[in-house]
Amino acid sequence: MRRRMTKKERYDNALGWIFITPQLVGFILFVAFPLVFSLVLCFSDWNMIDMPEFVGWRNFTAVFNDTIFWKSIGNTFIYIAIVVPLTLLSSLTLAILTNRKLPLMKFYRAAFFLPMVTSTVAIAMVWMFIYQADGGILNSVLAVFGIKNLPNWLQDTVWARIAVSVVSIWLKVGYYYIIFDAGLKNIPTELYEAADIDGASVWRKITKITVPMLSSVMFFVTVMLFIDIFNMFNEVFIMTAGGPDYSTYTLSMYIYFYAFREFDMGRAAVASWVLFALVGIVTVIQFKIKKKVVFE
Amino acid sequence: MKKLKRSTKRKIIETVIISVIVMIAAVLCIFPFYWMIFNSIRNPDLINQGSAELFTTDLTWDSYKAVFEYGDGLLWRAYLNSFIIASLQTVGTLFTSSLAAFAFAKIRFKGSKPIYGLFIATLMIPGQVTMLPLFMMFAKVGWTNSFLPLIVPGVMINTYGVFMLRSFMVSIPNGLLEAAEIDGCGWFGKYFKIVLRLIKPALVTLGLFTFIGSWNNYMGHLIYLSDEKLTTLPLLIAGLKETHMTGANWGRIMAASTLSIVPIAIVYLACQKYFVQGIATTGMK
Repeated sequence: MRRRMTKKERYDNALGWIFITPQLVGFILFVAFPLVFSLVLCFSDWNMIDMPEFVGWRNFTAVFNDTIFWKSIGNTFIYIAIVVPLTLLSSLTLAILTNRKLPLMKFYRAAFFLPMVTSTVAIAMVWMFIYQADGGILNSVLAVFGIKNLPNWLQDTVWARIAVSVVSIWLKVGYYYIIFDAGLKNIPTELYEAADIDGASVWRKITKITVPMLSSVMFFVTVMLFIDIFNMFNEVFIMTAGGPDYSTYTLSMYIYFYAFREFDMGRAAVASWVLFALVGIVTVIQFKIKKKVVFE
Repeated sequence: MKKLKRSTKRKIIETVIISVIVMIAAVLCIFPFYWMIFNSIRNPDLINQGSAELFTTDLTWDSYKAVFEYGDGLLWRAYLNSFIIASLQTVGTLFTSSLAAFAFAKIRFKGSKPIYGLFIATLMIPGQVTMLPLFMMFAKVGWTNSFLPLIVPGVMINTYGVFMLRSFMVSIPNGLLEAAEIDGCGWFGKYFKIVLRLIKPALVTLGLFTFIGSWNNYMGHLIYLSDEKLTTLPLLIAGLKETHMTGANWGRIMAASTLSIVPIAIVYLACQKYFVQGIATTGMK
């Protein structure tokens, strides 16, 4: 009896390993090894042609003394300050507003979801066209309302950031709308019914029931939004290429530029670990706060 | 009776106000698509003159003709290449990640837990960190300027896919698999005949995500594909941009953008249910 069990166990054991082999090999080759390799790169001078050379902390000092690097970090935080709250607020508001029977519901939902599936490259081109100074539809519409002396949106150091942020929000709202919508559907209706009996106002119901019940979802969304912004690349690269005067430059673009334009892999690797560290810090902080605040 | 009437009246007003707000949001979401399609068929001379009317009858297919003629039919090539990369990656990743997910969810084997933990721990690693070493590795083996770097890693490792499929497979009752075993079904039989069938919705969702992610990937294509023959839709569209944009340029870009977005938008609208499900479950975790 015992022998038969071990035989089956051994068989299961072998089969489990066979089933995970493709992914395990992929994991070692394309995740684990590159991760270690990337750490080595941080301390090497490697231009892809000559042999690598150990340079100690030189890549780190190069990155940390680079004003453009700090500018890209600063921009990242500006993007966070604009995009995170506005995306959160607009997707949550839309989810709350549509959490009832409305005519044309299918149309609204389809409309909200469309931006997130489209190619960022293609749609960033469309937004560039919308933002055009001469004959761009945005300026024409604003002119109808009597707003004159409009900036050249993507060429102005202040407005370019805002213009890029708007596109970024527009791209993301649909995704987070779905997450909030699912979260709302999980709130037991009895809570609202009880509040109705007590004669609670709409605003009270939102602040006392909806928001606390959604707090864990809101934390998840915030972490995801931070990570989205740390990774921002396509829309900026297409619309402004980081300009004017690096005002829209992001960390991802910095990495891309040093790795694939300058072929200074060491410097790019250091910047990529900075990005990694930012993602890690944000996640840890938010989960620490979450433990204290979230109502579950 | 009177009170009831008043409350229904209030309900109607509420619905109207909310509808107006939601409609404005929906229009803002759709407008860039309308503007793209409209300008792809608008007479490019009008774009040149800087006129920005919302509708005109002066329509033409010139921009589409120009896009199709561009670079000796490069657009067809871009379509084909985008499709090859996306479909191979999708089929491959569905197979390998469902196999691994099945092993992690239902087969008891030594090391299953620590390896799965290791997989999940790397979910957080940003792609930029591994991107540089991967590029150097692929350059070393001569894979740059081929589709392989864009397909093989995606097929061989998809931690998100394993994570997602596993969470669906865990909910399959063990009794079902035991019953199949009594009927003489081995692990392969259980995987193909029972598990894959039951998690079909999850497979569709993961497949759609993978396909669309690959179809819209830009940075990867930018890094690995420099040969014109290997161009893909995002590269082609970005390549149409010139330093001085004229009406004709804009018209062509809008036409090419429409051509790249429309197929994916149709697929997506047809499978909206799966999408929403897939995204909604990630929020619950």
